Amino acid sequence: MLYREAGLFKTTYTADQALFPIPLDRYFVLAVLAVAFLVVPLVANEYWLQAVLIPFLVFSMAALGLNLLTGYAGQISLGTGGFMAVGAYMTYKIATGFPDLPIVVAFLLSGLCAAAVGVLFGIPSLRIKGFYLAVATLAAQFFLSWMFNKVPWFYNYSPSGTVTAPPRTLLGITVTGPEASAEVRYLLALTLVAVLALAAKNLVRGRVGRGWMAIRDMDIAAEIIGFRPYRTKLLAFAVSSFYCGVAGAMSLFLWLGSAETEAFSINVSFQVLFMVIIGGLGSILGSFLGAAFITLVPVFLTNAPQLVGLSMPVDLQKHIELMIFGGLIVFFLIVEPHGLARLWQIAKEKLRRWPFPY
Amino acid sequence: MNVKKLAVLGLGAVAALSTLPMSSALAQNEQFVPMLVYRTGPYAPNGIPFANGFRDYMKLVNARDGGVGGVAIVTEECETQYNTQIGVECYEKLKGKGPTGATVFNPLSTGITYQLIPKSAVDKIPILSMGYGQTAAADGRVFPYTFNFPTTYWSQASAFVKYIGDKEGGMDKLKGKKIALVYHNSAYGKEPIPTLETLRAKYGYDLQLLAVDHPGQEQKSTWLQIRRYRPDWVIMWGWGVMNQVAVKEAAAINFPMDRFIGVWWSGSENDVIPAGDGAKGYLAGTFHAPGHGFPVHADLLKHIYSGNEAEAKANNWGEVLYNRGVVNAMYVIEALRAAQAIHGAKPLTGEQVRDGLEALDLTADRLKALGMDGFVSPLKVSCLDHETMGPVRIQQWDGEKWSFVSEWIEPMRDVVRPQVEEAAAAYAKENGITPRTCG
Repeated sequence: MLYREAGLFKTTYTADQALFPIPLDRYFVLAVLAVAFLVVPLVANEYWLQAVLIPFLVFSMAALGLNLLTGYAGQISLGTGGFMAVGAYMTYKIATGFPDLPIVVAFLLSGLCAAAVGVLFGIPSLRIKGFYLAVATLAAQFFLSWMFNKVPWFYNYSPSGTVTAPPRTLLGITVTGPEASAEVRYLLALTLVAVLALAAKNLVRGRVGRGWMAIRDMDIAAEIIGFRPYRTKLLAFAVSSFYCGVAGAMSLFLWLGSAETEAFSINVSFQVLFMVIIGGLGSILGSFLGAAFITLVPVFLTNAPQLVGLSMPVDLQKHIELMIFGGLIVFFLIVEPHGLARLWQIAKEKLRRWPFPY
Repeated sequence: MNVKKLAVLGLGAVAALSTLPMSSALAQNEQFVPMLVYRTGPYAPNGIPFANGFRDYMKLVNARDGGVGGVAIVTEECETQYNTQIGVECYEKLKGKGPTGATVFNPLSTGITYQLIPKSAVDKIPILSMGYGQTAAADGRVFPYTFNFPTTYWSQASAFVKYIGDKEGGMDKLKGKKIALVYHNSAYGKEPIPTLETLRAKYGYDLQLLAVDHPGQEQKSTWLQIRRYRPDWVIMWGWGVMNQVAVKEAAAINFPMDRFIGVWWSGSENDVIPAGDGAKGYLAGTFHAPGHGFPVHADLLKHIYSGNEAEAKANNWGEVLYNRGVVNAMYVIEALRAAQAIHGAKPLTGEQVRDGLEALDLTADRLKALGMDGFVSPLKVSCLDHETMGPVRIQQWDGEKWSFVSEWIEPMRDVVRPQVEEAAAAYAKENGITPRTCG
C-alpha cells in the first residue's frame, strides 16, 4: 500500500536512475530535510542542539566516511579517530594561520589533508587484508594521536596541548567559538552533512562506487574486469579520510569548542566502527541510523529515569544504562546481523505489500 | 516554547511532585548548585570520595545553618565518567536548573574545565576549578568567569622545586641534580612543564619528561627509563589508577619514596594503599590538612551521620579527597555568602555569584568560625588574581595515614605570575578577548 510501485511508469533513463526512484521515498527525505533545517532550530533548546543533535551530526559524518571504506570498499579501518584528529588539528592550524580564510574552506582543506594522510596509511591495504589491515590502520590511530600530542607546532605551542576553536564568521554570522549560537553551529553542521551525504550517495552508485564494491566482493575478479586495485583502494581511503577529516573539524569547531588528542582516541575509532556495523555496512542510511543509535540511546537512557519520575543514584543509573545499551547492541545484532538499515529495508518491503502480504 | 517542551516540563513537574512532597513556597527560596561527579569509570575511586565530601558539606550547611542566609542549597549530581564529552552534556543539562540557574560549576576534571571556560563566559556562570584546570585563568582580566584558587599547578610546581632545594640544602645545590617528571599525557599532566622548564633554566637542574598515556596502567617502560636515568627526585602529575601503578613501580625498583613527590591529585589513600608497605615515605603536595580531627569533621559526623563513625568512614569521611570535596564546597558556600553580602540574601544568578567569588576573603577568624582553623590557609581573591597563589604543604604517607612533613611553602610568585600573564595574553589574542581592566 504505502510503498506501492504499481502505476509508477518510468519513461526516461533519468527517472529510472534517480537517487530515490520511489516518489514516497523522495518526499520522505525532503520532508526530513525540511524539518531538520526549518523546524528543529526553532523548537530545540540548547541542550538538545549541543548535547544531542550536533554530536549526532558529527558522528554521522564520521560513520559515513568509514562506511565508504569498510562498507563499500571492504577495507577494515581502525584509524577513524586518527583521521578525525588530522581534520581537527589541520583546521585549527589553517584557521589560526589564515584568519581571513572562510572557515568552510578551512574545513574542506583539512579534509584534503586527512585524505592525503589516509592515502599514506592506506598503502598497506594493497598487500594485506581483513584483520591484518585493521591492525595496520590501528598504527595510524596511535601514530597520529602520538604526533598531535608530541609536536607542539600542531597546537601552536600552547602549554597544555589543548586546541581551542577560534571565533570565525561566515557571511557575517559567528559560526565558531564560544559566542556562536548552538542553532548556527547546528545548521552549518547539518548543511555539511547533507551536502556530503548527497555526494556520497551519488559516488557509490557511479563508476567509483561500483569499483569499490567489486573490490570488496572479490578483488581478483575486480582486477580481471579492469579495476586497478591500488587506485580503487587508495581512492576509497582518500574519500573516506576526507569525510572523517571533515567530521573531526566539525567536532572541534562546531561541537566541542576545544579538544586534546584524547577526544580522538582509539575509543572514537571503535565507536564509529560500531556505528557502521550496527547501522549497516554498505548503506548510506545505515551510517545515520548507526550514529543515531550510538549517540542518542545513551542520552535517552541517562534522562529516562527522570522523565518517568524515578530518582536513583547517578552511579547506579550509569551502570544500568551501560547494561541496557550493551543488551540492545546484542539484541539488534542477533535480530538483524546486517544492521538497522537492513531492518528498515525489510520494513519497507513489508509495507509494499501491506495490508495484503503474501 | 512548544508541545515537546511542555510535555517534558509536565513530566518533570509530576516527577518533582511525586518524589519530593515539599512546599512550593520553599522551592522559590533555593540556590541550585550543580555537581559534576564521576562515580563510575576508570577514575571513580578518586571521584567518589570527592563527590561525597562535597555533598556532605552542602547537606551540612542546610541541616546546621538552614542554608546560606536563609536560602536552602539544592544540588543535583550528573555523572561525567571524567569524560569531557559527557561533561559538556551535563553542563548543558544542569545550567538552567533551579530558580536562578546553576550557581557555579566544579568540574573536577581539567579536560572538562577547558571545555567549559569559553562557554561559561558567554552563559555567565562561573567555573571554580579548585587547584586544577587552566592555570592561565588565574589572570582575572582575561578570564572573568574562571577561578582556580587557592593555588595552581604552576605555583605548586614551583613550591615543589623550593621543597627539593630545601632538602638538598639550598637552592644553589639544585645545580646538576636530576629531576624526572612522570605525567599523565593530557592537558592536565602537561600543565607543570613550562614552570619546571623555566626553573630549570634558573637553577640549572636536569629535567626528564616522561609521559604516561591514559589511563596509566602500563608504566613498565617509564620506570625502566627512570632506572636508567637515576634521578635524584621524581615528581608525578597523575590521576586515577596511574598513581597507584606508579607508586607500585617505584617501590619495585626500590626508588627512595621520600624523594618521590606527587601532585595533590596523586596523594590520597587510594594511591598508596595498593602498594602496601612499599609506599611508606611517599610524598605528595596538598593545600589542606589530612585526617578528621577538625571541628568541621565533628559537625559532619553529627549532622550527616548521626554520630555513626563506621557509616561516615564507609562514605570516605576524613580521607584526603573527601576533605578536598569539603574544602571545595566550603569555598562555594563562602562565595555565596560573599555574593549575598553584595546582592542581598536571596537566590542569586551565576553572574551575581561570580561577584561573590571575586570578593571572597577568607580570613583566619572566618576559618576558625567554620571549624577549619589550620585545615586550609586563608585567602583573598581579587579581580586581578583569581588564584591567590596560596601556599602548598607536603604530606607524607607512613603506611597508616598522611601527615605533614613541611611547613606551608609559598610558591615563587616572581616566576609564576609573569608566566600566567603571558599565557593569558596569548589566549586572549588567539580568541579575540579584550581583557578588562581591574580598578
